Amino acid sequence: MTDFSPGFRGRTHAFEGRLPPGQYPTESFPVLSAGPTPHLATDRWTFTVTDGTGGSRSWNWDEMMALPQEHPTVDIHCVTRWSKFDTRWQGVSLDVLLDGVDTTAGFVVAESYDGYTTNLPLADVTGGKAWVAHSFDGFALSPEHGGPARLLVPHLYFWKSAKWVKGVRLTVRNEPGFWEAAGYHDYGDPWREQRTWSD
Amino acid sequence: MTQPRPSYLDGNALAGPLSEVFAVDPTTAWRLCPTCRMPSTLGQLHVYGPEPGLTGRCPGCADIALRAVAQPGHLWIQLGSGGGAFRFALPNGTGGFT
Repeated sequence: MTDFSPGFRGRTHAFEGRLPPGQYPTESFPVLSAGPTPHLATDRWTFTVTDGTGGSRSWNWDEMMALPQEHPTVDIHCVTRWSKFDTRWQGVSLDVLLDGVDTTAGFVVAESYDGYTTNLPLADVTGGKAWVAHSFDGFALSPEHGGPARLLVPHLYFWKSAKWVKGVRLTVRNEPGFWEAAGYHDYGDPWREQRTWSD
Repeated sequence: MTQPRPSYLDGNALAGPLSEVFAVDPTTAWRLCPTCRMPSTLGQLHVYGPEPGLTGRCPGCADIALRAVAQPGHLWIQLGSGGGAFRFALPNGTGGFT
């Protein structure tokens, strides 16, 4: 069947210019997992920034909630080709968490409670481009979507927005993460379709 | 009372993509988990995916055994996460590097 309903065509048209190449819009929120879903209690949750020279700083859940909160509304793009527009989040900007860190590092590795990792340039998680997000659409982030907190880096493919995030480690060298080591692109810009090493 | 459906697939979900590149049946390849020491075949792994890739994990401790990413025309395979070799049976008992 090749016909689309007028409604479908209309909505797609409404988002013209916001859909990266090779993507399709969805209103659902697919769940993709590479392992069992961890169920983490907030009273045992911490987020740690490690600066690469042995220094670190950590926040527990209450301390994270006491930090300045932001409410980004952003489009997200999964490398499996779905895009979801105007997703509403609440969280703490990485700018706040990395403020004052003395480093020569050019990269970070985001690390999760389930062992997942993903690598990003430091410049892509600063300057208002990344958050530790704990709420989605006005509700606490569910475990299936990475709760109690996940990284949110919406300008890159969504595998970079690590679920169940427990911290970021600053690195001088760009260290491939969980999917980057298995063929996915180091950077993952959806507008340049950087899906795999060969893109 | 119904049991919740497991969130993982049977290890045989790996058979299709891996049989495209392996000359021997990959599902009978044997592995001794370096983390919990549980022996299993590739077909017994708990597999998560299929997107963005297949992640095969030890059925005992969820240690990562392999990751496989399928793209049009290509299959990427990352074995283990620092340890845990697979032992493949060779046809006619042949083998060796000499």
